[in-house]
Parts: sequence; C-alpha cells; structure tokens
Amino acid sequence: MTGNVKSYFKSFLLLELLKGMSLTGRYFFAKKFTVQYPDEKTPQSPRFRGLHALRRYPNGEERCIACKLCEAVCPALAITIESEERADNTRRTTRYDIDLFKCIFCGFCEEACPVDSIVETRIFEYHFEKRGEQIMTKDKLLAIGDKFEDQIAADRAVDAPFR
Amino acid sequence: MGFLEGLWLLIWTVIKVMLIIVPLLLSVAYLTYAERKVIGAIQVRKGPNRVGYAGLLQPIADVFKLLTKEVLVPTNSHRFLFVIAPILSLAPAFAAWAVIPFSDTMVLADVNAGLLYVLALTSLGVYGVIIAGWASNSKYAFLGAMRSAAQIVAYEIAMGFALVGVVMVGGSLNLGDIVRAQEGNLFHWFWLPLFPLFIVYFISGVAETNRAPFDVAEGESEIVAGFHVDYSGMAFALFFLAEYANMIMIAALAVIMFLGGWLSPIPFIPDGIGWFFAKTGFMLLFFLWFRATFPRYRYDQIMRLGWKVFIPVTIVWLTVVAAAILLEIEPWFALRAA
Repeated sequence: MTGNVKSYFKSFLLLELLKGMSLTGRYFFAKKFTVQYPDEKTPQSPRFRGLHALRRYPNGEERCIACKLCEAVCPALAITIESEERADNTRRTTRYDIDLFKCIFCGFCEEACPVDSIVETRIFEYHFEKRGEQIMTKDKLLAIGDKFEDQIAADRAVDAPFR
Repeated sequence: MGFLEGLWLLIWTVIKVMLIIVPLLLSVAYLTYAERKVIGAIQVRKGPNRVGYAGLLQPIADVFKLLTKEVLVPTNSHRFLFVIAPILSLAPAFAAWAVIPFSDTMVLADVNAGLLYVLALTSLGVYGVIIAGWASNSKYAFLGAMRSAAQIVAYEIAMGFALVGVVMVGGSLNLGDIVRAQEGNLFHWFWLPLFPLFIVYFISGVAETNRAPFDVAEGESEIVAGFHVDYSGMAFALFFLAEYANMIMIAALAVIMFLGGWLSPIPFIPDGIGWFFAKTGFMLLFFLWFRATFPRYRYDQIMRLGWKVFIPVTIVWLTVVAAAILLEIEPWFALRAA
C-alpha cells in the first residue's frame, strides 16, 4: 500500500524523468569521442583484416603452392583457385580470384595458409568504379603484396609469438 | 483614410510581416542545426562541423539539397489535397506569430483576444497533418495522421485549461497585458503561482508539436515516417519547417505566459526584446533535451497521460487559483479588472 503511494508520487512528480534529464545533461558537457575521420584515424592492430594480398619469398618466387586450403576453409566461398604443374615440376596457381563482394574478411584464409602466402593487409579505404572490379585477380593480389611487403612482414613478425 | 495612406499602411504591414517571417525562417534553420549539435553533444559526439565554420552553413546546405530534389506526387494520391497539405500546416504556424509581443511596443497586431487567436491557429495545424495523411492514400501515412489527430485533440484540452489559469491570474486575453501583469521580479512571473499549469502546458506543447517523446505520429519503427512518408523535396521541407516553427511558437508562448516575456529577471538590467529571445532559446533547449533523453511513449500511455493525468491536474489547480484570487493572496492573485 505505502509502496503504491510512494511510486505514485514518484511518477507524478516526474522524479525519474528529472533523473534521466540530469544524466543526459551531464553527458552534454562530457569530452566528445568523435574521430574526425579523414583527418584523424583510429589506431590499427597488426592483426587488422583489410584488403587481401599474395606474398612472395625474398627471391621473388610466389609463396602460393595451390594447396587450396584457403578455398576450402572460406565460409563465404569467395575464393576460386585453378592450378597446374609448372615447367620446373612445381604446382602453382593459374588463377587465384577473391570476390570481395562475397568476402566477409573473417581471416580464415590467412589462418589456413601453410606458407603465409595469402594475407590480409591494413588497407581498408578502397572503392570500385566498374562491374567486375571487385574480383581481386592473382595479378592484383601479387601487386598489393609487392607494394606493402614491408608492412605485411612487420605485422607478421609482431604477431609471430602468439601463433 | 486616403488611398495613399491605405497603400502606405499596407506596405508598412508587409514590411513588418517580413521582419517577423524572415528571422523566423532563419531561426528555424538554425534550430535544426542547434538540435543536431545538442543531441550530438548529449550522445558524446560533435555533431555537424564540416560545412562552414563549426558547421554553421549546414542548414543552408540542407535547404539547397531539399530545394533541388524532385517533389514526387504518388499516382493514387489526391493531387490537390496532397499539394495543399504542407501549405495548410505551415501557414497557421506562421500566422500565429502576428499577435506575439516581442517587447512592450513591438507587436504586429495588438489583438484583445490574442490568446484565443493563437489557440485557434495552433489547432488548425493539425488539418495539414490529417489532410497529408489522407491525400497520400497510404496505410502508414493514414495511421500517422489518425494518431496525430487523436493526440492533438487530447492535449489541446489540457493546454487550453492550463492557459485558462493564466487568463484568470493575468486578467486579460491580450498577450501583451498578460506579460504586463507579471511585472515585478523573477518571482512575480506566473511560473511560480501556476507551476503545475506551467509543467502541464509545456509537456502538452511538446505533444502538440509531435515532438519526442510524443512523436508517435512519425513513429519510425512502426509506421516509417507517418503522415509525411510520401512527401519529398520542398513539400517535405514545408512540414519540417512547420514542425520547427511550431516548436518556437510553443516556447515563445511559454515565455509570454509563464516567464514574463520581455521582462528582465535581474533588477538593474532593463527589460527588452533580448530577454524574450534568450528565454525562448532556453525553452527550446528543453525540446532538444527531451528528444535526446526520453524514449517514445506507447500510444495508450500518451492518451492516458493526456486525459487521466493532465486534465484532472489542471482542473484541480484551477480551483486553487480561483480560491486564491477570491482571497486576494498578494502579490500574484489580485483581482484585476478586465
């Protein structure tokens, strides 16, 4: 009975509403969290999973041996691989396509790769202007790998003790 | 009165109307900016700050965007009503400003029944909403319009009763005289003797303008955007303008009725139009603050609050006020000859 009366007056005098307003009123003066994106950027982890790349060994030989583990593990079926035997009797890919519209950037391909060939880089600002541009071909992937090899290698080195 | 004098009166009136409408449109534009900034700050964001210094040109950019967009008229809509609805909701929102006294001498039309005029025009705005919902020939728009109509009718009554208290204490329907009746200091203003009516009036005002937390007429989650779901471009912008003009109107009326209009709260600083604007801005801040704080009311709760809480509260307080006036409790409740 007294509880009822108490709660009646509590709601009649708008006490809870005033409490809520004092809370939001305090946040009005709080320090703002906004990151002014193109000018400021949030820090990135070395494990950041952005655009893919295919790496090479220091001697210029591509790492990928067409084992197709990445293709098998890919939950979004974004990877398509075709391979054949090269003149020096090693197996290499003739086609390595990643459809970025299908890709969910889970990083499983990277985890599955026995030779650290397919990796995900820190690149996340990119766009497509024509149809079909979202298919990352082997050439494109290798080009990204060549361009950012230093960064990729450094990130792998930092993460190595935890693998 | 000769022809020239009549012509001059006409021109002078048009100039005065422009002097009210143009700053009003500008303040509507910058109220949207203030809203985004205030809500941003409360949500620990910065709000718009890219267009111009600190984002000050953002409203201008928004206006240009809306102006250049196509006004779509749905195939199955009632074309005439569809086009006229935004105008019907905007015109009363602007016309009501005719009787608002900005300072002791600055008022476009010093009407004796100013309060009645304001109440009549603010209620007319709902026709724009209902017609928009009807003419769109869409379920969502229609539901939004019906909700808005029921809500405005419910809160109009509580609001009217709250203002009856002001009229009883102020002894006049003229808005200027109501302010003059509050002369004295901060505690002579009507917010103190009529505190429950002040609260009821302001909350009803929020409900009247269909603002959060009473914005079920828009109800994004259930009925998309309510009555203006089929409007685009400038037609949509007119509804937007009307909503914000009404907000400023409610805030200005609250200032006139309860917060002493142009009167200065500090004894040695003179009264003036600046106080009116400062107080109106202060009341507008509450609209934005409410929107950033409260979740939307459920529809039956809105109806319950309007009919079962506000109307009884106002009636009880009206009897208290009436008794106080008969007992002539100074300084507020003197018997004023009308």
